Formats: sequence, C-alpha cells, structure tokens
Amino acid sequence: MTELLPLAMLGGVLGLDVVSFPQMMVSRPLVAATLGGALAGDATMGLVVGVTLELIALATLPFGASRYPEWGSASVVGGAIASALHTEQAGALTIGVLAALATAWVGGLTLVQIRLGIAWLARRRRPALDAGSRGAVIGLQLAGLTGDMVRASLLTAVGFLVLFPVAEATLGTWSLGESLSRGFVVSAASAVAGAAAWTIFHSARGARWYFVGGLVLGLAVLGMR
Amino acid sequence: MTAATSPAMAPAPRLSALTWLNIFTRTLAIQGSWNYESLMGNGIGFCVEPALRKLPGGVKSQAFKTALTRQSAYFNAHPYLASVAVGALARAELSGVTAERIERFRTALCGPLGSVGDRLVWAAWLPFCSLVGLLCFGLGSSPAVVVFTFLILYNLGHFALRAWGLYVGWTRGLTVASALGNPVLRQGPQHVARAAAATAGVAVPLVAARLLGHHVALLGVVLGSSAVAALLLVRLHGRVEGYKLALVLIAIFALVSVAF
Repeated sequence: MTELLPLAMLGGVLGLDVVSFPQMMVSRPLVAATLGGALAGDATMGLVVGVTLELIALATLPFGASRYPEWGSASVVGGAIASALHTEQAGALTIGVLAALATAWVGGLTLVQIRLGIAWLARRRRPALDAGSRGAVIGLQLAGLTGDMVRASLLTAVGFLVLFPVAEATLGTWSLGESLSRGFVVSAASAVAGAAAWTIFHSARGARWYFVGGLVLGLAVLGMR
Repeated sequence: MTAATSPAMAPAPRLSALTWLNIFTRTLAIQGSWNYESLMGNGIGFCVEPALRKLPGGVKSQAFKTALTRQSAYFNAHPYLASVAVGALARAELSGVTAERIERFRTALCGPLGSVGDRLVWAAWLPFCSLVGLLCFGLGSSPAVVVFTFLILYNLGHFALRAWGLYVGWTRGLTVASALGNPVLRQGPQHVARAAAATAGVAVPLVAARLLGHHVALLGVVLGSSAVAALLLVRLHGRVEGYKLALVLIAIFALVSVAF
C-alpha cells in the first residue's frame, strides 16, 4: 500500500487529462495502465492490461456532452492492481481489466457530478461573471481544474483501496486456467474493438477493403512467425 | 504574430510572444470549467482574456468587462478547434467589431468547429494513433516504445491543430469560416479513417496473438469468436455500450471462476 499516494497523484493527473487539461491522451489506457503498472512494479503487466483496455476504449468517443467512461484514473487502477498482484497466475489480467472497467464506469458518473458541481458554482458566481469580473472567470476555471484533479485522485485512491483486496481474494480462489482466462478477456476486448472499428470507419469509402487488406497482412505476418 | 488586414476588420494591435504563449497554454485548459449549462463558454473567456487586456483602459475598463462577459457566455465546439474561435474572437474584440456582429459570429462558429473537430480528431486521428500504438505492441515492442510512439504521433497532430487554429483564427478574424474548407479538414477524416481501418486489420490479430502468448489453436478460437461477437455488437449498435457489455461478461466469467 506504499504506492497508494503516488498512484492517487498519477490518477489525478491522468484523470485531469481526460477532459480538463491538456487532453494529450496520456489518459488513454495504453499509457495510463502502463504508468500505473510501472508504479506498482511491473510496466509490462500494466501494458498488457492497457492494451486490452485500449481495444475496449476504441468504442468510446468523447463527443461533446456525451457521457463516457473515465479511462485515465481507471486504467491506473487496473494496471496497478494487475501489476501489484506480482503473479503469473491465471486470472491476473482478467481481474486487472475488470477492476479498470468497473472504475471507468464509476469514473464516468463522477465526471457528470463534477460538471454539475461546476454549473452550480457558476450559478453562484453569476453576478460577478455577468459583470465581467476577471477574477470570477479565472477562478471558475481554476476551481473546475482543481475539482477534476481531486475527483480523479480520490477515484484512483478509493478504487485501488477497495478493489485490490477484492482482487487478491478473487485470485486466491481462481479456478479456471490461464489460457481460458486470457482467451475470454481477449475475445471480449477484440469483439468490442472489431465492432468499434466497423462503426467508426465504415462510412469512409472503401474502408472495409482496407480493413480486409490489413487483416490479410496481419494474418500473413502471424503465419510467418 | 502580426495581424493581417482582413476585409472585414480593421488591423488589430500586435500581441507579444508572451501573450500568445499565455493564450496557447490556456487553450490546453479550455474545458477546465466545462459544464452542462454554458459548456465551454467560460473556457473561451479564460483563453481570450490575455488578449482583452490590450483593450483601451486595460482590465479595469468597462470595454474589457463587457468583452469578457460576452466571451464567457455559452459556447460549444471541439476543444482543439476551439482555438480557431479564440483567435478569431480575440481579433474581433481588439479590432472594435460591434457586439452584435461578434455575438452572431460566435454563435455561427459553434456547429462547424464541433462537427469538423469531432470527425477529424475523435473519429479518425485518435483511433488511428491508438491503433498504431496497438500495432507496435503486436509487433513485440517494449512498453516505452508503445507509449512514446502513440503519444508522439498523436500529439504532433494535436498541437499542430491547436496552433494552426489559433493562427488562422487571428489572421482571418471574422472570415475564418473559409479556413474550415482546408483540404486537411475536409478530406483528412476520410483518408485517416481508411488508414485506421487498414491498421485495425493488421493490429487486432497481432495484438491478440501477443496477449495470448502465441497459442495458435487458442488464437483461432479467439479471433473466430470475437468476429462473431463483433458482428452481433454491430447489429446492436446504439442499444448497448461495448465497455459495459465487456464489464458484465468479464464479471460473470470471474464469478464463475471463483464459484466453481
């Protein structure tokens, strides 16, 4: 548990990146889970969790006011949990991905709350904002940024604190084999990625043929190994 | 950056490099106070504010306060392309364009900047870069290579778009709409989407193979079952979110593993 504070700080920074600042996509699972895993002692395990989550995250596009999962803090939690289990045992990947998905879902709900909170704050400061107060405009922006970072830090800390013991206990009673466990998670992630790729790209002329061409190339590379 | 004389506006004063740096840095936090009422409105005011200080009388003047109130009202756009609005609105305010024209212009910008940005960035550039990162993993790269390839590639586009937006907004002012006809913005999403589709085709089997430790028989089952499941998901499009379905299925799988 010595890693809790650095994890919470990392989750705060990466959670902030999702919407508020600077949207460099360090909050994508590919990056966030790898960093979470690295902090917990195993960057490679973090990357494996991150790649699996990234396949799933392809389906969620952060359009405008739409509601979406919060991948930044969640991926830190998932990558860190899978890495902190310090095991090659079956189920570690499955549990890490599950923890991240659950946290991402809750994180999406907290994003909605922070947005409602900022709207409430803006209403309270309406007279100053309407009067063109520089302090009110900058203050609201800083309050939003701070609130979002605190939200993401708390989410990461609580997520890790609650889910890590559950993950340890679950892994202790895990009965299915490694191949089946990995196979199931990878199937689910690949299915979501495949559907997302179709949904996003099918309207581009000829995209399906590009996909098929890529698939043939990918399978050919696999066959040559 | 100096203001070019636009047919629609008088020349704007020259802004210092420090002011531009201030504005550009602020655009990175443009969604810092995003909410369901004014959306990114306060963010626009926050970004334009360093330029508004150049209004006659400075921050204490009524002109500054009125302009800041106007710029902090409801606004919605893609966060990266909102820099086009920031540049153009700063230029309009400093050029003495009437309040009525600025408000009409501001309202008219929302739709195009939102839809162009969503198509180019969220639905094309981000998935493409993400898939390139996944492909690196599938080809056996280390965590550092995967992460840095993704981040560098993505942010080349990201920062270029924000900087271009600010530049074009400032130089073209109220005539900036014509810049949205730029071939990169119009045709870019189609080309990037095709490249992303091809990358997805290559990446998915390679990623699955590495995640499964190259068990050939298992890989066949995984790819076959995920293809069928993907088709079902496509048929259910809009009725179920992929990540929620994955969450439920993996949770049930974990429960089965623990219970038996």
